[in-house]
Parts: sequence; structure tokens; C-alpha cells
Amino acid sequence: MGDTDERRKCNRTAFVTVGTTSFDTLVRAVDTREVKEVLSKKGYTHLLIQMGRGSYIPQKSTGEDGSLTVDYFTFSSSIADNLRSASLVISHAGSGSIFETLRLGKPLIVVVNEDLMDNHQSELAEELADRKHLFCARPQTLYQVIAAMSLESLIPYPPGDASPVAKLINRFLGFPDD
Amino acid sequence: MEIGNSCCFFNLKSNVSTLLITITVTLVVIRFLYVIYWCGKPLRKSLQPISTLIVLGSGGHTAEMLNLLSVLQTDHFTPRFYIAAATDNMSLQKARVFENSLINEAGGEVIELAQFMQIYRSREVGQSYITSVVTTLVAMAHASWLMMKIRPQVILCNGPGTCIPLCVIAFFFKVLGIRWSSIFYVESIARVRRLSLSGLLLYKLRMADQLFVQWPRLQSKYPRAHYVGRLM
Repeated sequence: MGDTDERRKCNRTAFVTVGTTSFDTLVRAVDTREVKEVLSKKGYTHLLIQMGRGSYIPQKSTGEDGSLTVDYFTFSSSIADNLRSASLVISHAGSGSIFETLRLGKPLIVVVNEDLMDNHQSELAEELADRKHLFCARPQTLYQVIAAMSLESLIPYPPGDASPVAKLINRFLGFPDD
Repeated sequence: MEIGNSCCFFNLKSNVSTLLITITVTLVVIRFLYVIYWCGKPLRKSLQPISTLIVLGSGGHTAEMLNLLSVLQTDHFTPRFYIAAATDNMSLQKARVFENSLINEAGGEVIELAQFMQIYRSREVGQSYITSVVTTLVAMAHASWLMMKIRPQVILCNGPGTCIPLCVIAFFFKVLGIRWSSIFYVESIARVRRLSLSGLLLYKLRMADQLFVQWPRLQSKYPRAHYVGRLM
């Protein structure tokens, strides 16, 4: 009883999201004992998996035995709330997921789906990882990346600004600057 | 004598036809070069609102496009026409939500409502190339029909394949003098080192009036592009 109260006090959720895609390789990788153990060791108490169109179903766990509490769902109309209440986000490399997470200032591990035919997504993930805004991993290296990650080394992503483009478009069309 | 006359007449006819064809081709080429020259040159100062075609796409495309629209003075860019692929329902839905928020901000007073349309795709993923020829022709015909109806003065696009038929038709409208559409292409934030296929086509064929990129490496690789930093 005491233990559950302790854990309810500090709920640290690792949220996994694949967006609208099917990314069984990632869900499988997260559902392994080693990844769950390293997440637990790093202080996470809950693992929530948004599995999208995938067919691999992870195992739920109530975490009564002191291990990670695991739950999953397929889709939701907006994962904003899940992102907001997460302490760590593990996401596919879709730009929407990436920027939504970075805007909320959450630590992010981006996992590139190597089964995709035209993998331009890795360009963005690698560039942002080079700039230290997130960590980049492949499903096979997810365990090592989690084990080695130091959240303090992450640099917050400076918010984007669309007004330079708007200015150029307005000038081109002969509209006055606002 | 009669045979001689008809021979002369035939020669005259074929000479006239050749002359007409040559003149037409020359005029078209001159017009073509004129359009290429004026593409990318800014327009004169104006306060009139201009009709705008906005091309949406699955994945991050629509989110990025709506992000751009949120900083544009929508009073200047109206009426607005949103186009998405026939198989993409979420994009038009997101656009409707955006337009509704604009109506709410304006206190319910809006001069012109936005319109939402769907366009047939040239080719689905994995479709055979033989049937693709037919579907591409159908898609082009449909795109021409829509463009004829809309005749936008501005086209905003950021990458989905659906924008290519529309931009090609817009270019022909320029050449034929049907409508001068200024085409603005913003390459997706996900393109860091290479342009997408749509971006590359519009860049190489010089069909976009202005092509914007969000990462510096693309500016050095494609000097005629404008580097504008990250939009998201």
C-alpha cells in the first residue's frame, strides 16, 4: 500500500507515439524486457504506447510487482494531453510529432523507421539531434540510447517563425508591410 | 493547264499553312520566354485582395501550411480555395477548423467564405504504371477543370504531389494569358539536405515564382531558393 502511494506521487510516464503510421518494429522494441528495465532504472514508472495502425499488440501490465505500468491505445483525436503529461517521449520521425513535442519542451527520442521506402524523415531527426534538441535512435539501438541519455545535455528548441516568409510574400505581391 | 493550276493552288495552300504554323509557333515561343522572364519578378503595389489557392497534403504538409496561413493577413488573401487529394479527409477538416477560427475572430463577419475541394490523385502508392497513365490523364483533366473554375492569382504549396499538376496548369495559364498566378512554394521543414521531388521539379523547371527553404544547406545547394529559417 505504501509503495503504490509513493509511486502515485511521482508518476513519470514514458510516452511512445507512432502517429497515424504502423511502426511495429518500434512497439516491439519498447515491449522488450531490457527496454522496460532500463526505463524503470532511469526512474520512469509508466509506459504508455500509442500504437497507431500497427498490428503488434504490446503486453499490458499493472506494475504491481514494482515493474513498469504498461498500457497502450491505437489512436486519439489529439495526443497533446499525453505529450503534456509525459516525462519522456519516444516518437516516430514524423515532423508533426517532433515539433509538437519540442514545442512542449519535453525530452524526446526520435526513432527512425528504416522499413519506410523513401526515408527523408531521418534527415530531420539527424539534424535536430546534431543540434542537440533531441536524441536519435533506431529500434535496435533504443535500449543503448535510453541507457546513455543525459537529459541535461538537451538544448531547448527555439520556436520557429513564419513571419519572414510572410514578409517576402507580401513584398512580392506588392502588399504593404503590416 | 488545269492540272498545272491545281498544283499551283496546292502549293499556295501548303505555303500558307506552313507560314501560319511558323508564326503561331514563334508567337508561342516568344510568349513562353516572356513568361519565364517575368516569373519571379515582384508585382506592382496593390491593396486589392487576391484569390488564393492553398494546396494541402497528408503528413505534416497541412500543419505546416496552416502555420504559414496564420501569419498572413487573410484579408489580403481572399477568396481562399483549399485543395486536398481525394483520399485525404483530415486535411480539409483541419482547414475548415482554421477557417472557422478566422470567422470567430472576425466576430462572424466574413465577406467571402473559403471553399474546399478534392482532386483526384495521379497515382496511388504501388499502382501499376500502365493504369497510372490513365489515372494521371484523368487527374490532369480534373485539375484543369478545377483550375479553370478557380483561376487563382496566388498558389501556396509546400510539397505534396498534388501540387505539381496544379502548378503545371497554372504555368500554361500564364503562357496562354488565361490568368497570371504567382506560385509560392515553401519546402517542408522535414527537407534538410535535399529538396523533395515536387520542390526539385518546380526549382529546375523554374515554375515557382519564389521557392523558400527552411534549412541553410538547401540554400547553398539551390542558390535560387530563398532561405527563411524554420517556420515551425
